[in-house]
Amino acid sequence: MEEKRKMIKVYLAGELFKVPEGSTIMMALEYAGFQLKRGVGCREGYCGACGTVYREKGDYKLQGGLACQTVVTDGMAVAQIPFVPAEKPTYDLEDLTPDVNTFTELFPSVFRCVSCNTCTKACPQDIEVMDYIQAIIRGDIAKAADISFDCIRCGLCAMRCPAEIVQYDVATLARRLTGKYLSKKSPELDKRLEEMEAGKFDEEIKKLKNMPKDKLTKEYYNREIKIS
Amino acid sequence: MYPDYMLKSIKNVEKTRAKRLQLAKKYGKQVYDPMSEEEREKILNIYHPDYKEDALRELRIGPNKGEKIINEVVDVMEAYPRNPSKTFDLSNFDYETDVLVIGAGSAGLSATLEASQKDVNTMLVTKLRLGDSNSMMAQGGIQAADQEDDSPVNHYLDVIGGGHFDNKKDLVEALVMDAPQSIKWLEELGVMFDKNEDGSMMVKSGGGTSRNRMHSTRDYTGAGICRVLRDEVQNRADKIDILEYCAATELILDDKGQIAGAVVYHLDLKEYFLIKAKSVILATGGFGRLHIRDFETTNHYGATADGLVMAYRAGANLLYMDSVQYHPTGAVFPEQIVGFLCTEKIRGLGAQPVNKDGELFVYPLEPRDIEASAFIRECEEDRGVKTPSGLKGIWLDSPLIEQLSGEGTIEKNLPAMLRQFQRFDIDIRKYPMLVFPTLHYQNGGLEINAKAETSIPGLYVAGENSGGVHGRNRLMGNSQLDIIVFGRRAGTNAANRVLDGVKLGKPTLEHVDKYAKQVEKLGIDKNIISPMILPDYIPEHIKAKQLTTNYQGTLF
Repeated sequence: MEEKRKMIKVYLAGELFKVPEGSTIMMALEYAGFQLKRGVGCREGYCGACGTVYREKGDYKLQGGLACQTVVTDGMAVAQIPFVPAEKPTYDLEDLTPDVNTFTELFPSVFRCVSCNTCTKACPQDIEVMDYIQAIIRGDIAKAADISFDCIRCGLCAMRCPAEIVQYDVATLARRLTGKYLSKKSPELDKRLEEMEAGKFDEEIKKLKNMPKDKLTKEYYNREIKIS
Repeated sequence: MYPDYMLKSIKNVEKTRAKRLQLAKKYGKQVYDPMSEEEREKILNIYHPDYKEDALRELRIGPNKGEKIINEVVDVMEAYPRNPSKTFDLSNFDYETDVLVIGAGSAGLSATLEASQKDVNTMLVTKLRLGDSNSMMAQGGIQAADQEDDSPVNHYLDVIGGGHFDNKKDLVEALVMDAPQSIKWLEELGVMFDKNEDGSMMVKSGGGTSRNRMHSTRDYTGAGICRVLRDEVQNRADKIDILEYCAATELILDDKGQIAGAVVYHLDLKEYFLIKAKSVILATGGFGRLHIRDFETTNHYGATADGLVMAYRAGANLLYMDSVQYHPTGAVFPEQIVGFLCTEKIRGLGAQPVNKDGELFVYPLEPRDIEASAFIRECEEDRGVKTPSGLKGIWLDSPLIEQLSGEGTIEKNLPAMLRQFQRFDIDIRKYPMLVFPTLHYQNGGLEINAKAETSIPGLYVAGENSGGVHGRNRLMGNSQLDIIVFGRRAGTNAANRVLDGVKLGKPTLEHVDKYAKQVEKLGIDKNIISPMILPDYIPEHIKAKQLTTNYQGTLF
């Protein structure tokens, strides 16, 4: 199949290569002969290791995407970002409150947001990045957590932001505060933990552990299935 | 978008949808009879890749000598170490620490957090970036029996039955009994679990589960957990030393046979570092990138079984390395995402697998090996759909989800899946997904006990590179649980060993030379070295002209 495919031109870090049409940027790099170690990770769009900037032929716009998810076009010029320089403030979640003051202290740059929306345009996950930064400024931490949920921390937003906000770290803190403090606690989980503490299931587990295989097999195939 | 001939087959799926919807409304998930013990055995024997005659071969050296294991694993085991011991000056260590954690997925991160909690010096080394791992990619969920109608006893039975009763009982007990507290621990760290309005957990079923106990963070469950653990490790920068882009290549022992540290290789600098440690935790993940039987894989770029190789050379025992997990639903179309995971949660939400004629042919939530075998059967008996590049698959009827549970269900519960296919102009709310089994998980691994200890004093293993927890088949949602439970246990026990005052003897890499001699006796080609470190996807015609062309595995 490979031989029959149409080849197109791409510029990888400035060098011209011919690669099969339909390749992702990552496939193109490997086809050209690069064995990747930076700018590569899960290869399925979940880890954010392969943030890449590119320009398409005849287009002045600098675009961002994940190398493993973006298909190359003829004449595309590509540069991978090996690392996003950013200083993450350290904190003890136990000492924080889920409100705007926490962000004033740890991420003062958030309040420099000029609402230009460049971050949103740069996001390969189509997250409304500016909206969650604005939600934080309004003190709506849970909203910011919700909007930013699918963030994979590729860093393309932070690379483009004129206010020099490190959005993905801000979002991580918003989600952690929400998970720990703003989500309602699960009553059944706490009850189960008390039961475990009291050893409620110890005997039955012990019984299963000591059961001969034939009896255990029977028990398994006869077990009641209650799923919805 | 699908080509016309595939759209024709989709018409068949649409034709039977109304009938199948009625079935689901009437019987819930039980739209097809689950297989009996005999039926399971039969379908595995005929169709599961592990059961093919040429899947396994005898391993000729090391602790498991004489055992038949997966071909591709034998290949990396019967390979030369990257360097003889004389390369390294063991009187001059680059780093010294109490607990060394190798691998920074969720198992390694959990272990690191627990060890550092005990105020021992902790060092974390990882081959790529912090958090780069299969953990980050998990979609569907994490199991824990915390619901009123459920109990760890039900969970135990599901795990051991799903694993064909080969699981180590103590490990299953640890897994299910630690599950509720693991969820609590994660929530306290700020993981945002999916909840109902009253705060109760939103739980789903998975293949082989007898209750709804799948907790999730949308369909980014692995990321939802892993990115929190990574952030927390970074917060403790004053207590934890981190080395990125450092691949461990050998374990160092002492003259008493205890663990004493590791050799790591910096991928950018091409420089070796020697690290001395009183306890070592291996959390290096699985082997998907060995592409067993040439299968595509859902796995991370770094999943090359390095930990297995290092520990085996140092004398640790392997368990169930004759067993591979093929996830039933890997994407086969479009070509750019072939092999990618389509989470089991899609079936958990009600999507049904159907063949090219639109017929339902299996209970949608069998354990993974059974479900995968049924998919392979359909394709081998010409009831699958062929893609333009020659692959075959069956339909996973995702539009059914919204007909069952209302519009918006997919966007809310499967945002990653929706996005993945939308990038290639396929709307999974309207069109089914074409899937085929993909190499997903290493069921076996290095044998551990419930303290995550191996047979080598001071060497702990947690997560996918361990063996015994899941027997010969893991259920969905139990690996996310495994990495937290055994990651934490490994971290605590490794730190305790230090606090108990373990004394190290003279460090040595003699075992590496001894192993190399045995490899040489087998007459293996000198260019075959391991651990592999990273796979190589450069096309043959270019590789043939590269300087390192004669080597297998990554040299850099």
